Amino acid sequence: MKVLVAVKRVVDYNVKVRPKSDGSDVDINNVKMSINPFCEIAVEEAIRLKEAGVAEEIIAVSIGGAQVQEQIRTALALGADRGIHVQTEDSLEPLEIARLLKSILDKEEPTLVITGKQSIDGDNNQTGQMLAALAGIPQGTFASEITIEGDHISVIREVDGGLQTVKLSLPAVVTTDLRLNEPRYASLPNIMKAKKKPLDVFTPEELGVELSNHIDLVEVEPPPDRQAGIKVDDVDALVDKLKNEAKVI
Amino acid sequence: MQKRSHPEIREAVAKLCAEFGGSYWRALDEKRQYPTEFISALSAAGYLSILIPEEYGGSGQPLSAACAVLEEIQYAGCNGSSCHAQMYIMGTLLRHGNEEQKQRYLPKVASGELRLQAFGVTEPSSGTDTTRIRTSAEKHDDHYIVNGSKVWISRTEHSDLMLLLVRTTPREECAKRTDGMSVLLVDLREALADGLTIKPIRTMMNHSSTELFFDDVPVPADNLIGEEGKGFRYILDGMNAERILIAAECVGDARYFIERAAAYASEREVFGGPIGQNQGIQFPIARAYTQMRAADALVSQAIELFDSGEPCGSEANMAKMVASEASWFAGDTCIQTHGGYGFAEEYDIERKFRETRLYQVAPISTNLILSHVATHELGMPKSF
Repeated sequence: MKVLVAVKRVVDYNVKVRPKSDGSDVDINNVKMSINPFCEIAVEEAIRLKEAGVAEEIIAVSIGGAQVQEQIRTALALGADRGIHVQTEDSLEPLEIARLLKSILDKEEPTLVITGKQSIDGDNNQTGQMLAALAGIPQGTFASEITIEGDHISVIREVDGGLQTVKLSLPAVVTTDLRLNEPRYASLPNIMKAKKKPLDVFTPEELGVELSNHIDLVEVEPPPDRQAGIKVDDVDALVDKLKNEAKVI
Repeated sequence: MQKRSHPEIREAVAKLCAEFGGSYWRALDEKRQYPTEFISALSAAGYLSILIPEEYGGSGQPLSAACAVLEEIQYAGCNGSSCHAQMYIMGTLLRHGNEEQKQRYLPKVASGELRLQAFGVTEPSSGTDTTRIRTSAEKHDDHYIVNGSKVWISRTEHSDLMLLLVRTTPREECAKRTDGMSVLLVDLREALADGLTIKPIRTMMNHSSTELFFDDVPVPADNLIGEEGKGFRYILDGMNAERILIAAECVGDARYFIERAAAYASEREVFGGPIGQNQGIQFPIARAYTQMRAADALVSQAIELFDSGEPCGSEANMAKMVASEASWFAGDTCIQTHGGYGFAEEYDIERKFRETRLYQVAPISTNLILSHVATHELGMPKSF
């Protein structure tokens, strides 16, 4: 079966992000960029399916400017077979990303789509769900374990307070949670091989998608500075403050 | 942020190194143990065979890629000195060994099954005056008998094979003092059972340095690399790669120290503000950064010459000198910035500080580099 994974280029999780001085967006100038960690888990899961003999081909797709090819190459170095780059300089909202991915789905007809549950920049947690809806196929979100069972996939979901197991008919969309797997690092021979793997580039027009925009980013501001703590004299004072000042008990 | 070469390799190395954090290295440092798990991970991911040609099982990458690997290892707080030799010592075998030797050893070195990461040159009585080495190999039919001793030989306890420089003709009987030396490939596992003694030397950092004593150690004549008597030239032409790689490590160390120092100076508050706003704290860090960039530029220049097959003796030497001084200054600045915490083991800075000090002495000391530059670049008279 064919597996499609979506990889997004985001600010590396180790970087402490800062808003631009005018507050219009996060400053990504001179900042290290990486694959979104949840997308990396998606790539890893696809590779494990291939290693287990379940998947035959893994396609990594990314949407954005020319630089997202770096993240596609990283996915190829980890073990994806070929890449698709949808080239656009526009900043896209989840619905538009989902529409572009849907056009790739129509083209490639994968049996399984794995995406991250969210990207660590926008934290929207929408694309996978929207894609499933647009494609009219089932979704298994926040996956912590998946098992392919014939023409179905069983997904253990991380939900509030526990785990939920759902069985979906294929094709389906799965979004990854943190505990699905631990991604590997690329080996040098695979990094070298990745340079020769095919990477097709399309524009949204070529995919027949007309982009639109429904959301404007108004302002970005940093979280307030943490206030210094205080020492309380005894347990009673602590309980009093928790109850009346912090209002948490 | 500076654009760096081979970003995809750097990213993957950084991920690998992230699994070997400070506590891993501190535990080894305390017991002076070898980072076996780290080396296994690097070997399995193919990084130590990066320079071995593809036909012998490596990746056949240029020196620039190997430099990127080592720089990232150092930058991540790990210690590449435990493994860098597995990358480059094979160069002598590759360039001067015969096809049979290369077929026999290189694929296994590439896979990590055989560790070829010891190079026996220095002796107690000769130091850098290499032509005065006394360890001798006398030929008897199909083997040599080796006698003598070597000192400051790294990683022999963690190597299966060693390249050994020996005198096959006494110095006084040679037309030139650089003649009469040969390179033997010694199987340490066999030699240890037959006259070789390895004595570890405890040093101020975890470096696996040893002293070797050869007492009638037989080495098959088939293990002679190249021609008898030409060994000195063989080892010389491997030295440029070694120096450039180590210079790249120093750039990685410097980046490690500078990043730590800048971050701490920006966060640590004393007298009501971050200490980094004081120029007395800020300027040394900016100076260390500038020196690192200068060193990096020299290293890049040396790499470019090396990878295009041009002579690069002076550039390799100068890059190593400037980079080792940049990493040392950055380390010193990092400790000063951290105050007392710089000395605390759990910050890892004191460990890296001890480790990076080595590179002003090994693989060649700064004075010998200055002497090379004075005589080769400036045409001044030689002092020795």
